[in-house]
Amino acid sequence: MLEINNLHASVVDIENSEILNGINLKVGKGEVHAIMGPNGSGKSTLANVLMGRPDYLVTDGDVTLEGESILELRPDQRAHLGMFLAFQYPAEIPGVRPWQFLKAALDSKAESRGEDKMSVRNFSKLFDEKVEAVGINPNLVKRSLNEGFSGGEKKRNEMLQLEVLQPALAILDETDSGLDVDALRIVAEGVNSMRSPERSFIVVTHYQRLLNYITPDVVHILVKGKIVKTGGADLALEVEKDGYQEYLEAAGANA
Amino acid sequence: MTLATPAVAVEKFSGAYESLAAGSSDVPEWLKAVRQQGWATFSELGLPTKRRGNELWKYTNLQPLAAADFAYIVGGLVTVDQIKAAGPWDDAWNTIVVVDGKFSAELSNLHDTVGLDAGSLAEAISSGKGDIESQLASLAGREEYAFTALSTAFIEDGAYIAIADGTELEQPIQVVFVTSDDAESRASYPRMVVDAGANTSIVLIETYLNLSDSAQFSAPVGELFAGDQSTIRHYRVQIENESSFHLGTTRVRQLADSNFTSTSFAVGASIARNDVHTLLDAPGATCTLHGLYMTSGSQQQDQEISTTHAKPGCSSNQFYKGILSGKSHAVFSGKVVVMRDAQKSDATQKDLNLLLSRGAEIDAKPSLEIYADDVTVAHGATAGHVDKDTLFYLQSRGVDEETAKAILVRGFAEEMLNEFEPKALNDFVERITDERIPILLAESDTIGTA
Ligand SMILES: Nc1ncnc2c1ncn2[C@@H]1O[C@H](COP(=O)(O)OP(=O)(O)O)[C@@H](O)[C@H]1O
Ligand SMILES: [Mg+2]
Repeated sequence: MLEINNLHASVVDIENSEILNGINLKVGKGEVHAIMGPNGSGKSTLANVLMGRPDYLVTDGDVTLEGESILELRPDQRAHLGMFLAFQYPAEIPGVRPWQFLKAALDSKAESRGEDKMSVRNFSKLFDEKVEAVGINPNLVKRSLNEGFSGGEKKRNEMLQLEVLQPALAILDETDSGLDVDALRIVAEGVNSMRSPERSFIVVTHYQRLLNYITPDVVHILVKGKIVKTGGADLALEVEKDGYQEYLEAAGANA
Repeated sequence: MTLATPAVAVEKFSGAYESLAAGSSDVPEWLKAVRQQGWATFSELGLPTKRRGNELWKYTNLQPLAAADFAYIVGGLVTVDQIKAAGPWDDAWNTIVVVDGKFSAELSNLHDTVGLDAGSLAEAISSGKGDIESQLASLAGREEYAFTALSTAFIEDGAYIAIADGTELEQPIQVVFVTSDDAESRASYPRMVVDAGANTSIVLIETYLNLSDSAQFSAPVGELFAGDQSTIRHYRVQIENESSFHLGTTRVRQLADSNFTSTSFAVGASIARNDVHTLLDAPGATCTLHGLYMTSGSQQQDQEISTTHAKPGCSSNQFYKGILSGKSHAVFSGKVVVMRDAQKSDATQKDLNLLLSRGAEIDAKPSLEIYADDVTVAHGATAGHVDKDTLFYLQSRGVDEETAKAILVRGFAEEMLNEFEPKALNDFVERITDERIPILLAESDTIGTA
């Protein structure tokens, strides 16, 4: 499904600002990969580079989806291919209602694929179902997108969009942070219910907590812009117990 | 003292003034005196083309207006269908139509509404309705301001609206000021007097349209009297063509516990000024002055908004939003004066702008003049571009860049559009906004991912 080869990326307009230092990663169809790492290691940068955020410049390497490089594609084109990023810090958009915006997103996707747009009636039905499923306050989704939402409400709103858009590859960037246990369970249930042989996930997390609910197929440890260790679900437990210190030291020694 | 310089462009208007004065044998003496006073003031002032040292016109170049010529011909041929197609309309509303400065009984749609007297200003003048003699030109026309002076010199007709004490009207009253579909450039000076008695409640919509593409010049003046405990929900829609000059003035005098709430939608004209002043003249009066302006091309759009707190315990709120593109220019000049007696005043001012192009320019100057000590005030102004993080957020969900920008611009306007409550009016401003956004974005250059 997704293949990352020797990916290097830095911040546009800042010299010598390399954040990703040669990432290699393969995510197969239907797999759930967890990416863990200390703060500042480049997890969000990786997630954003995959989605095509213009703040970053890919200086080397490649990313392919189903064998085709996506680096030249705009973010909306990547979305049309089935990619989705749940943001660590979702933007607040005054005056734009989630309903209206999600309809526009679905319409664009349908249009790009030459499919028929969903009728307003069917969309409303789907939307209401998903609102209930992710446990977001229905009054909230009548207001401006994310404006005045609490941290937890924003994350639920990201889950709402994930569930409506039904992507083939979902990248969740710390969707668990700032959530209480109930909300965490809703996120996990959402992911678990969407798991299928056709859909892959990259779950970025700082803590092992979320992985109690979502069992990953593969766990990667990202330190200083490089994947320093890859293992099974047990690796997350190890990190939980021992922390990132040993990896940081090793990366520091190499640098 | 500076040397006296000749007043600009007075001669362009003098012929029309003289023939109006000569041909008005049936006009009451008091009005003749009012006109004369207006003309005297205007001939001294001329058009305010001088910008240096002229605080009111520092950011606005009126040279194009001074260079143009206009014929003064009141009343042209217009059909109801043309008006319905060009502006908001609802048959249930009481609608007064004023064509090139003249009230039209045929085009107006007036129902028999108890407590409402709505119709021609000329008729109100000739039959001496209500307090017309003391009200007309009392709030606008006696000060040293070229456009109200000019308008006062040419007082002939327009709209007169009187609401009897205790009358509460649910259906809006609309006044459509329209210039006819005529290739000729005309000048018009329609007046509006609104006399809202005590304990009244009305919704008032002022709409400015032109049906031709040629340059029109209008200097409309509205004078509104808000009686004790009256509530006026006012809307002002200005969508004149982009060759025209619109120098509009609204003056409101508010009595005890009255509430004047106004939202303006200003997108038209080549040079436009929306000059509003509210006088909070008795305790407990509140005013809310809001508006949305959108400019593209080389449009100039000014909001000259001021409130005087003359008595204690009043509150005022000014909040404007602007969306600017192309090489357009907008001015927000907000002023609040709190007089010495006006203790316990509460005043806020805010102006937020979205700049879509490098060539667009905003001059925002909120200002407060406070002579009382027990007051609460807050003011601020900002100008920003479309946020690139927000744009990325929308794009990452599959919305293409153009659509994403349109969604963001529309979102910026949304809270003002929502204030337009009457259904037909709301539909109208939404439609005009949705038509404008692609034009604004076509002239946009500061935002977006390459
Ligand atoms: N747009 C940016 N401009 C400047 N520095 C950035 C930018 N994005 C990320 N960084 C820097 O790159 C490093 C990695 O950040 P990030 O990817 O957010 O880490 P993580 O998500 O693992 O906590 C940090 O040092 C951060 O400050
Ligand atoms: Mg992060």
